[in-house]
Amino acid sequence: MKKPNDVIIRSVTKVAVVIILTFAINLFISGHHQPGGGFIGGLAFASALILLFLAFDIETVRNHIPLDFKVVAAVGVLISVLTGVGAMLLDHPFLFQAFGYFKLPIFGKTELATAVLFDIGVALAVIGTSITIIMTIGDDR
Amino acid sequence: MSGNNQIELIAVLLIFVGTIFSFLSAIGLIRLPDIYTRAHALSKGSTMGVLFILGGTFLFFIMEGYFSIRLFLGIFFVFLTAPVSAHVIIRAAHRSNVELAKQSVRDDLKEVREKDLYESRTD
Repeated sequence: MKKPNDVIIRSVTKVAVVIILTFAINLFISGHHQPGGGFIGGLAFASALILLFLAFDIETVRNHIPLDFKVVAAVGVLISVLTGVGAMLLDHPFLFQAFGYFKLPIFGKTELATAVLFDIGVALAVIGTSITIIMTIGDDR
Repeated sequence: MSGNNQIELIAVLLIFVGTIFSFLSAIGLIRLPDIYTRAHALSKGSTMGVLFILGGTFLFFIMEGYFSIRLFLGIFFVFLTAPVSAHVIIRAAHRSNVELAKQSVRDDLKEVREKDLYESRTD
């Protein structure tokens, strides 16, 4: 059996994945003031990875992204919990969130909030969970 | 203010052209005989329809003083992926031996595929 010729879908995937990843990060960053946030950003990120799994085979992608996605999900939950515990260490109630304005070199005056750290945890948990589900369904073993 | 009105008119016209394109491609989906001609009508027609609609919206938001990078990315993304999705669907259809319309004259790809299959068996 000849190998099927996948050149069109593979080349388009290479371009499209970059756009989807950029858009996922955009969704994640804009979550504080516009529609978006950790959940939808993580799902968009996971969809880019799934597109890679579809266009190339699972082994190739696994060799290039050597991450155990169960660990990613666990690290995400750990980060989310630690932001809550960190507030307790500073004599605030659990999950107390603070924000402030800082002058950064390139961005100028920027609002930084500890809620972003919580959102990073949510995004990592969503990425890890969805990719783990897809991989366990998709694998033959 | 009159300049703004003219840009608004262009945006409205673009969106109108886009809806007409989408409508024509939907008619093509109903009227054409087999999957290949239907995909021909749908992929081109609806891609152009969506592009015109998104372009009109993009122009409208520029007039409002807001450069929407998401719309710009969306235009690029649809232009990139919609034809490829049509290509993949057609390819899957041809590989699973979906019949062509009765009026069709020749099918070069089928001959090539049968030749490939024959050679791989005799190897």
